[in-house]
Amino acid sequence: MLFDTHLLSLSIWLPIIGGILVLVLGGDHNANRIRWTALAVAIVELLLTIPLFTRFDKTTAAMQFQEKYEWISEFSINYHLGIDGIAMPFILLTSFLTVIVVISAWQVIEKRVAQYMAAFLIMEGLMIGVFSALDAILFYFFWEGMLIPMFLIIGIWGGANRIYASIKFFLYTLLGSLLMLVAFLYLYYQADHSFNILDYHDIKLDLTTQKLLFFAFFAAFAVKVPMWPVHTWLPDAHVEAPTGGSVILAAIMLKMGGYGFLRFNLPIVPDASHALSGFIITLSLIAVVYIALVALVQSDMKKLIAYSSISHMGFVTLGFFVFNAQGIEGGLVQMISHGFISGALFLCVGVMYDRLHSRQIGDYGGVVHSMPVFAAFMMLFAMANSGLPGTSGFVGEFLVILGAFQANFWFALLAGLTLIFSAAYTLWMYKRVIFGKLANKKVASLSDVNAREIIFLSLLAVFVLGVGVWPLPLLEVMHASVDNLLTQVSISKLPMP
Amino acid sequence: MITNMQMVYIATPLSCLIPAIVAGLFGWKIGRAMTHTITIAGVALASLLSLIILNDVYSGGFFNGVVYVWGSSGGFPFEIGFLIDKLSAMMMVVVTLVSLMVHIYTIGYMHDDPGYQRFFSYISLFTFAMLMLVMSNNFLQLFFGWEAVGLVSYLLIGFWYDRETAIFANLKAFLVNRVGDLGFLLGIAAVFMYFGTLDYSAVFATAASKQNITMEIIPGQEWALLTVICILLFIGAMGKSAQVPLHVWLPDSMEGPTPISALIHAATMVTAGIFMVARMSPLFELSETALNVVMVIGSLTALLMALVAIVQNDIKRVVAYSTLSQLGYMTVALGASAYSAAIFHLGTHAFFKALLFLAAGSVIIAMHHEQDMRKMGGLKNWMPWTYITAVVGSLALAGIPPFSGFFSKDAIIEAVHASQLPAAGFAYIAVTAGVFITAFYAFRLLFMTFHGKPRMDEHTLRHVKESPMTVTLPLMLLAIPSLGIGAIYMEPMIFGDFFGNSIFVLPEHNVLELVGQSFEGKTGLSLLGSFIYHALHPGPLWLAVAGIVLAWFLYIERPEIPALIKQRLEWIYNILDKKYGFDEFNQFVFAQGARKVGNQLWQKGEVKVIDGFFVNGSARVVSLVSKVIRHVQSGYVYHYAFAMIIGLFLLLTFFLPVKQ
Repeated sequence: MLFDTHLLSLSIWLPIIGGILVLVLGGDHNANRIRWTALAVAIVELLLTIPLFTRFDKTTAAMQFQEKYEWISEFSINYHLGIDGIAMPFILLTSFLTVIVVISAWQVIEKRVAQYMAAFLIMEGLMIGVFSALDAILFYFFWEGMLIPMFLIIGIWGGANRIYASIKFFLYTLLGSLLMLVAFLYLYYQADHSFNILDYHDIKLDLTTQKLLFFAFFAAFAVKVPMWPVHTWLPDAHVEAPTGGSVILAAIMLKMGGYGFLRFNLPIVPDASHALSGFIITLSLIAVVYIALVALVQSDMKKLIAYSSISHMGFVTLGFFVFNAQGIEGGLVQMISHGFISGALFLCVGVMYDRLHSRQIGDYGGVVHSMPVFAAFMMLFAMANSGLPGTSGFVGEFLVILGAFQANFWFALLAGLTLIFSAAYTLWMYKRVIFGKLANKKVASLSDVNAREIIFLSLLAVFVLGVGVWPLPLLEVMHASVDNLLTQVSISKLPMP
Repeated sequence: MITNMQMVYIATPLSCLIPAIVAGLFGWKIGRAMTHTITIAGVALASLLSLIILNDVYSGGFFNGVVYVWGSSGGFPFEIGFLIDKLSAMMMVVVTLVSLMVHIYTIGYMHDDPGYQRFFSYISLFTFAMLMLVMSNNFLQLFFGWEAVGLVSYLLIGFWYDRETAIFANLKAFLVNRVGDLGFLLGIAAVFMYFGTLDYSAVFATAASKQNITMEIIPGQEWALLTVICILLFIGAMGKSAQVPLHVWLPDSMEGPTPISALIHAATMVTAGIFMVARMSPLFELSETALNVVMVIGSLTALLMALVAIVQNDIKRVVAYSTLSQLGYMTVALGASAYSAAIFHLGTHAFFKALLFLAAGSVIIAMHHEQDMRKMGGLKNWMPWTYITAVVGSLALAGIPPFSGFFSKDAIIEAVHASQLPAAGFAYIAVTAGVFITAFYAFRLLFMTFHGKPRMDEHTLRHVKESPMTVTLPLMLLAIPSLGIGAIYMEPMIFGDFFGNSIFVLPEHNVLELVGQSFEGKTGLSLLGSFIYHALHPGPLWLAVAGIVLAWFLYIERPEIPALIKQRLEWIYNILDKKYGFDEFNQFVFAQGARKVGNQLWQKGEVKVIDGFFVNGSARVVSLVSKVIRHVQSGYVYHYAFAMIIGLFLLLTFFLPVKQ
């Protein structure tokens, strides 16, 4: 059956074909038909990816749902797909959030609806491609490919300064990934003319080469995460991007950086990873503390959430480079959870922006009076962003702190400061925007969330609480793959002297 | 197989959670009466079940088991589970009973509030979180409950969200608590790293074997692991139980509605830290350093906060500072290894302090939400029930026999007296001086509010009347334990084997046994009798009486004197009035400091250096280079031809010599 053996291919190509179909279907005159078609594609795609979770074999670290075909045989480039417990949750996250984004754009995007929906659907397919590619060139193809729709989304539907932001975003990420391509080419020759990523796990490399490769990958992934100090494209991109763009950017694109570290740096160059772990941890802790302080003083809500994202991503890289199960699994859960929470917060800002056309904290105040239901939702997501136990935000932070403590007390202490900082910037923003007396007449006349908005906020709320109260199912799918990764990273790949 | 008792354990917290969710989500639909009916029914059921559990525990019942596996990592499971022993059963009873009183009281107090349903949802949710906290059998769930009560406290302090002071206070409370929680979380991480489990019983069982392990936090300094763990955990307790210097959130939290002050900020949430240390007694017993730290922090809190209470004029703030001071007493008891005395005081205090808060709330309703005691006076004539119950509460707070506070407080003082730890000397002075001050401010409040001439305006005076039954009934019900439980439970709880195995004390730290022995030997009376007899002699009782007499003299007999004293000792008054400047310091150093640093990092680091210099700088370099190169691309064929010739020439000169 096509369905059984080609689940990953279907997941990648269905939204891409659906996206092209939506494009073909036409212009703004039949916007509603386009919306419904896009929603149908996104929902079918979500249903299609669910078997990846339900049929997933938790007991093995081997790649599952594999597909392999020759693509360009001269260079032994293959169309090779497969997922393990590290990649699988991200595919579900992607298909879930695309549904949310399609719903959220319903009444908001009125111009070039077809192009907007198509961009997100095509991007969905490409992003799932990134998480399932096992061939380096295929990976690179998806990796660069997904930049194009995102570039267009920011450039066309963005705010006033969208050209600067989109070009900054594009150049930053492109430059980073070029070095990654060089690394792939080098590894191709080392691995005896193979682009199979799994083959790279067994190559012996001396420490200098490992370090160079490490930095080549680092350039690509650190920009994506983004790590301090190559993060400044993110606040600009978020501020200018339309709500849906911000959601996908924060919730999924950033995760590819973290995913890349686990897929390439740790297993392929383990000795360099150990040697440079201090460097990465330092950058991570700077992100956690420095960026949190910067977030505190932002007056633009989207910028604040963008900085908050960078700070939370610091936890992820910290967790990865302490090399224990709690750290890595904590980092992974943190990425998934941040997908829900940052997505939800950007949507919350979007809900207010659609009504008042301002993202400035100072233009709001007392929103709870006119939008009580919305205020309750945003309270939940603000608390989740502060890492409150019982929400998904806590799980990752808790595990990373447990992991970091085993490496060094001070790592855990500095990372733990986020407990105070994240609460400070999130709740302070909440206080100024939501609480207080009605700031002005415009705020007083706001209408509360409508049924469509309640639907997508509730869906996110269910996951934020679900993962917070019972993260076990999510953690269990990771165990085998993370254990395997830890074994790989503990074995030296230096050539025998 | 799930036994009947296990069903009861699970049903207890759920009977608070489910009504809370229903009231929160559907309160607007089901209406006010239905909301308070279901939440009160839920809490009443929880109280009943708690009493059943307590009864069961005293006939040998015990439970330590997993409810469900929350998560796992690296082969270590993280579980949600219950530990039902004498300590947790006793805490459950206190929590649910006080909560029940508060629920009933709320019907009257919040009668006109538009957020009625929301309020009931919050307080039921709070009771659930508190139950999960005390019933926990592991550190993770303890932290869950810990943060969850913090969340509800945040929501409740900011309940009136259009008051600027309220939403300032709730943010402050949350952040200060987070400072403590950071310590707590690091403590949990240390436990996990060295014990490999977060389960209480497994950790306690192996604690003794970890006594010689040291940790190097500052290079070159070897600290005992257990000391580090205990101090980190205690930092968490300092946040929640409002110990100096993390006490600053509690007085401000009085911005919330009064029932909250009673439920959360007097009786239950703030005692979580005390409960936690008592629960961790098998760890704290193994670190005398930690015990000394605990005792010093506790005695500082007990003394300093009692002094501040003297100069407060806001009726709720007096009670709030009194709470801080009494929490200090409990902490001192923990430091002296008198855990059961701390828990006993926690219990008696929960009832009499909830009583005082609710009495203050009753006064505030009658005064049309005026809280300044200088505008009260003479209320005993109009509010007899509130007055009588307030007298009971004040006598209990001041520690006059036979009211409950006398027994619990005196036990603490005797325990500190018997303690051999170095900090005990200072602690003893602090807690005995505290007795005098406590009695003074308690009766200052009583005299200023209920005695003397009425000082309110005409309009208020005409409308003063006793509060409705829903308000006074809880007062009367709380007055009973405030009067009675001290004498009844002191002997079994402090000197007996009330807590059994749930509290662990090393023989050389067992001060309560020493205290008990010293009484038994002396007189032919029973232990209870000799305890009172002992207190009558040089004991602190006379200090309390002196405090009351002084309050009477200054506020009834010669009410002009306090103003004179204030004038003469202005600098002392100012220090107390400013509450030692903790707030100003935090505001300036932490709140403004963080914003300043953040602004600098943003303006200088982000905008100027990274974006301005590196990012846009490289863009500028590229555009400069391209400008130069653009001149080369002129479009004239002869330019290109010329360039090609030059290039060829250069290549030849470069490569030709090599070829030779």
